[in-house]
Amino acid sequence: MSTKIIYGLYGDDDDLLKAVDAFKKDGIDIKEVYTPFPVHGLDTALGLRKTRISDLAFFYGVYGTLLASVMTWYMMNHDWPQNIGGKPAFTWFENMPAFVPIMFELTVFCAAHLMSLTFLTRNKLYPGGKAQNPDPRTTDDKFLMEIESDDVERIKTAFINTGAEEVTVRDLTTV
Amino acid sequence: MSHHYESPVRDPLVYGNKSYHDISVDIAYPIEHKAGKLWWISFTIAMITFLFGLGCITYTVGTGIGTWGLNRTIGWAWDITNFVWWIGIGHAGTLISAVLLLFRQRWRMSVNRSAEAMTIFAVVMAAIFPVIHMGRPWLAYWVFPIPNQFGSFWINFNSALLWDVFAISTYFSVSVVFWYMGLLPDFAMVRDRATKPFSKKMYSIMSMGWGGKAKHWQRHEELSLVLAGLATPLVFSVHTIVSFDFSTSVIKGWHSTVYPPYFVAGAIFSGFAMVQTLLGVMRKVMHLEDYVTRGHIEVMNKIILVTGGMVAIAYASEFYVGWYSGSRYEDFTYFSPGAAVGPYWWAFWALIACNILIPSLLWIRKIRRSFFWSFIISIVVNIGMWFERFDIIVVNLSRDYLPAGWTMFMPTVIDVGTFIGTIGFFFVLYLLYARSFPVISQAELKTILKTSGDNYKKTHTEEDHHEH
Repeated sequence: MSTKIIYGLYGDDDDLLKAVDAFKKDGIDIKEVYTPFPVHGLDTALGLRKTRISDLAFFYGVYGTLLASVMTWYMMNHDWPQNIGGKPAFTWFENMPAFVPIMFELTVFCAAHLMSLTFLTRNKLYPGGKAQNPDPRTTDDKFLMEIESDDVERIKTAFINTGAEEVTVRDLTTV
Repeated sequence: MSHHYESPVRDPLVYGNKSYHDISVDIAYPIEHKAGKLWWISFTIAMITFLFGLGCITYTVGTGIGTWGLNRTIGWAWDITNFVWWIGIGHAGTLISAVLLLFRQRWRMSVNRSAEAMTIFAVVMAAIFPVIHMGRPWLAYWVFPIPNQFGSFWINFNSALLWDVFAISTYFSVSVVFWYMGLLPDFAMVRDRATKPFSKKMYSIMSMGWGGKAKHWQRHEELSLVLAGLATPLVFSVHTIVSFDFSTSVIKGWHSTVYPPYFVAGAIFSGFAMVQTLLGVMRKVMHLEDYVTRGHIEVMNKIILVTGGMVAIAYASEFYVGWYSGSRYEDFTYFSPGAAVGPYWWAFWALIACNILIPSLLWIRKIRRSFFWSFIISIVVNIGMWFERFDIIVVNLSRDYLPAGWTMFMPTVIDVGTFIGTIGFFFVLYLLYARSFPVISQAELKTILKTSGDNYKKTHTEEDHHEH
């Protein structure tokens, strides 16, 4: 028997969560779940690891602070120091209080933008990208579970027993 | 289901017996259908005022800022008033989407998308003023730290005006990104419903292929949370830095440490007023009565009351200090006995009436929960907050340290036209947004339907009764 993709379409988020729990108990490997909104508790039910993009955001923020520090030092104290209103321009540390707003803004700027770019890259989202959901109804009110298996009949019954509204089988190659 | 339980004391946030599908249909409706007569009338008026403003801006750029009412004593007036006013309006959007997300305020979900759109368009309007005030707007890129033809001549990082450049560009770009990331799932919903090839193509480009995978939602929620955490200090920093434009100077009335908190409170005050104005119209025109309810109006009015109270305390302390200091110069600041009876008495009293007296009506529950009165009061607050900035800038500058320099400011037609033009431009953008973007963040709203939808809520309450 060849491996097929089996889709089970659910009409309610609570049914979906129950189904995910039941499948986990039966040892059926769930490949993907497509939902119209973030279903509370789905990531733990699926056993997804905590995402690390927020950890990255911290380092992006640190990068922004450093960038602002180096930039202000280079422009104000190193490359062309000027006497502006009698404010100190000899060392960066003396001059630094005036740069705090810049350092803060660039921290936020780098953290927010680089984190969003990471989010898009990791999710393979880009302008003009092909819709990733196999069924257009999953952005409206349906919840789709995707399973890859040799044993099509077993998965089909499992879907029907957990209250799936619709079950579709597709060949691996057509996807 | 116990995890969908919410206290019956809380009013439902979504009325009309909605299902998940109904929400999609309602939100996609304005995008999928032709615009009504009311939309076209508003759009035409907005477009005409915008074109008039564009004419004034073109004239200003072509002739020079001598076309404005500025004089040797009052070098900043109308344009900076409008700049601060627009920036302040923007603050409510970020407050709703970021601060209220951190506080887990669910009512935010029906209004955050439109409030953020308001923020972005308001910041664009604000940016127009300093750029045309430069006189040579084609050199506006000089504010950025880029190597230039003068050798190693860099921008001045000691200046509050430059901090402003960084604060506002960060604020604008981060707001856009925050808004857009939230829009991805909603654009995907519109894409998947679209039947016409052109709109399918457009929304497919804009949704970037979003498919709602479990891992993607997990990252999306994390991203929203962190962006909210970043945007929260950002929104406070922006108006703080705007206030530094004044408070780091040596002008009497400006050189004041109360400015940062006072400006931030005023910004939120005026921003929420603008949200009320826009939603008051939008809920009728776009038929969002089931989503923007009396409860939503009331909580926003409470925020207006709180921030209005903070602003009123700041006014009172400024007035007291102006009198108690015994300084002659302080008697000419915008909040002083001298200002109340001076040549700008009308601007002084307009501020008191619009920002303190009339919003106080919101203490009455009936008025606070009335759509009509909220709308009227929100417009009054918008006017009042414009006068606040006018007073700060013009009243303070009009009485210089040397009585020989004392003068009055009178805006020219070009001044007024430019301001009205930005209001027109704002509404042009807003009306276009209302027809092409999902105006409510429907994916988020669906997550609270089972807790806060009226139909689900009733079932839970009944179940609850049976158990006892």
